[in-house]
This record gives sequence, structure tokens and C-alpha cells, in this order.
Amino acid sequence: MALTKLKNWALRKSLWVYHVNAGACNNCDIEVLDLLTPRYDIERFGMLLVGSPRHADVLAVTGTCTRQAMPRVQEVYMQTPRPCVVMAIGSCALAQGIFAESYHMGPKVDEAIRAVDPEAIIMYVPGCPPKPEAMISAAVKAMEFLKQL
Amino acid sequence: MDLGVTILVWMAAAAGTIVLGLAFRWVDRLVTARVQWRVGPPWYQPGADILKLMGKETLMPTTARGTGFLLAPLVAVAASTVAAAILWRAVLSPQSTFLGDLIVVIYLLTIPAIMTIAGASASGSPHASFGAAREIKLLLSYELPMVIAMMTAVARTGWSLRLGGILEAQAQAPVVLSVSGAIAMVVAILCMQAKLGLVPFDMAEAECEIMSGVYVEYSGPSLAMFLVSNAMLLALLPLLIIVVFWGGLNTGAWWGWLTFAGKYVLLVALATLIRNTNPRLRIDQAVRFFWFYLTPLAILAAALAIVGEARGISWL
Repeated sequence: MALTKLKNWALRKSLWVYHVNAGACNNCDIEVLDLLTPRYDIERFGMLLVGSPRHADVLAVTGTCTRQAMPRVQEVYMQTPRPCVVMAIGSCALAQGIFAESYHMGPKVDEAIRAVDPEAIIMYVPGCPPKPEAMISAAVKAMEFLKQL
Repeated sequence: MDLGVTILVWMAAAAGTIVLGLAFRWVDRLVTARVQWRVGPPWYQPGADILKLMGKETLMPTTARGTGFLLAPLVAVAASTVAAAILWRAVLSPQSTFLGDLIVVIYLLTIPAIMTIAGASASGSPHASFGAAREIKLLLSYELPMVIAMMTAVARTGWSLRLGGILEAQAQAPVVLSVSGAIAMVVAILCMQAKLGLVPFDMAEAECEIMSGVYVEYSGPSLAMFLVSNAMLLALLPLLIIVVFWGGLNTGAWWGWLTFAGKYVLLVALATLIRNTNPRLRIDQAVRFFWFYLTPLAILAAALAIVGEARGISWL
């Protein structure tokens, strides 16, 4: 029991983020990079941007999830070791935004990920683009949620 | 000494090195954050990272050779652990070391790099194979000046290959207070930077270029083992430089521990500052730097040391 508590505490205190671009317009991506700057400094909470999904605990997915991007998003999700959190960032990742009617759209990000893992933990961050404060709030909520695991 | 006591002391040395290495990793991250005008992570951050990775799933790529892939991080930690035991023993009781332990330590400190290469090659990922190729070239380039710099200290201390003998010969004045010793120590510090895989020599695990290179396929506990091994190296390499060039720990005087800690912190802070003020080099630039600039410098230091020792000139 104590061991599970310790594992859970360590997971909450050290969330490593891998950034997946599933067809975003670069607006959300720039806001994600803002989190690393001195103004927001996400490393205060132990969060780091890592280069490989194998090291990640959080997948920060931006973009509409086009038909081309969908299998890649699913593959990256399968390559991430459990437990992991998916953070869908921006209107496009939530509901495909203004591109919803386009011919090249795949499923929404959450549907694409639920298709390979129905148990997936998915956080939604609305906005076009969402403010860095909104993403920090989502990260804190993810930590609160992971407490229950 | 009783065998049980010896084993206990060695285990304490290894565990202490892990804790010290993680503490230095935190100092490194905090100083980096402060240099970039950020707040930085809390003090328990490197420990929390390791604990979290220990609790995560280990994924195995379908292209990987399982045994080599999972064995490599364990061998890396084992080699760093044995090196920690030998080095701390030399620091705390210089009389009890064995002949040739300097060679054993240099050899053991090479194994983590070789194991990263082996593990990366076993993972079957193209990014990792790029990282492994760079790590091999880097290893070939920094080992030569490193060993020649160590030989300079050996020549200055009356041709002693015992770490204890090197420490005893430095009781009057450390090696660094001679011209050859100072040059050799500068060379050794730059080689330490490459051995630790810190910027500007981090091309083997370039995050934004080849996605963490050698570690790209590692997840969970196996990645944690590599991080532990790296943290131990961060504590061990400054210690080796202090022992070989800077007189080690003076247990006789009350200020001995204070100066020892000061030397230690100074070397780690230097590595962090170099890391924060330099861009990443290309691999060919790094090889050229080590072979055509540092190796001649190290040979010059060794020649000066040999002449000084033969003619009895203490400042050379």
C-alpha cells in the first residue's frame, strides 16, 4: 500500500511530456513551447519535454487528427508506457474546429485513442489556441486525477 | 578487515554515490534554471524521476534483441557501483588500495559508455543506431587524452599506479600546483564533460535532433538504470579528478572535509556552467577538438612531467 502511494506520488511529481502534432497549424505548438519559458516554467512541477514517447507520461496532442495522422497518433499512444495521460490541446484536437466538415478528417483525437485503448485517460484543454495558464491548469487537474489511481 | 564489514562498507559507498549523484543532478538542473531566469525543480526532483520510472511499464520494441537490450543498463550500473567502491575506499583509507587500481577505475568508468552503445545497438531503432555511432566516435576521441592526462599525474607522483600511492605522494603539494599538472587537469575536466555526455558533447543523445539517440527505445526501469548510472558518473568523475590531480581528502585536519566539499562543488559547477554556455558540437568537430587540440596538449603535459621528475624540478 505504501509502495503504491510512493509510486503514485513520484508519478504526479514527475510528468514528462511528449508533444504530438496531429496536423496542427503551429499555433497551439507555440503555446506549448511557452510553458518552458521563464514566464511559466513548467519544470517547477517536475514536468519536462522529452524527445521520445517511450520516456513520456503525458502525450500533448495538438491538431485536428487528419486521416494521415490518425494511425500515427494511435501508434505513438501504443508506444507510451502505462500509466499515461493524453492531453488534447486546442479546439481542433477537441472537436476538429473549423475543419470538422473537411474531406480529409479522421476521427477526433479522443475517439482515435479510445479505439486502441478504451481505458485511456484523456484531458481536454479548450481554446484556439488555449492560454499557457489553461494548460498548466489541465496539468494540475491531471495530477489531481492521478491521485485516485 | 572482516569480509562482512568490507561488503557493508562497499554497499554504503555505492548507495552514497547514488544519493550524491542525484543531489548533483538537482544542482545541475537548478543552476541551469537560474541561468535561464527560471525557478527550477524542487530538491527531490531527480529522486522522484527515478522512482516514477521504476513504477512504469517496460516496453520492448519488436526489433530489439531482448537479452542485450535489458542487460546493458544493469551492467552499466554494476560497473559504476564497483568504481564507486574502489574510489571511495582510496579516498577514505589510501593505505588499503591495491596496485593498478587507477587502471581498473579508468576501465570501469568506460563500461557505462560501452553499455549505452550495446543497448542502443540491440534496440534496433535507426535513431538509436545514429546515437550509438556517435557515442563510439566520442569514446574513441576522449579516452586518449584522458588516459595521457592521468599518466601525467602518475609520472608526477613517482610512477605510482596505486590511487593510494598517488594520494600519499600529494601529501606535500597536489599535482595541479605544477605546470604539467595544471595542463593535464584542464584536459581531464574537458574529457569529463564528454564522458558525462553534457553539452557541448551530448551529440549521442541529442533530444531535438535524433530524439534522445541512444536512449530512444528505453522506458520504465531500464531507462531508470541508465539515469542512475549517469548520476553516479556525475559524482564519480569529479571525485577521480580530485583524487588524481587535487590531493583528495585530508582526513587529518578539521578543514579537510570542508576543502574536499569545496573542490567537489567547484568541479560540478564548472561542468554545469560549460553546459549552459555552449552549443552542441557536431561529431566531427568534437573528434577534431579531442585529437588535434587536447591530445597534443596532454602529450606536452606528460613530457613536461617526465622531464620535471627526471631532473627533480618540482614546479614543472
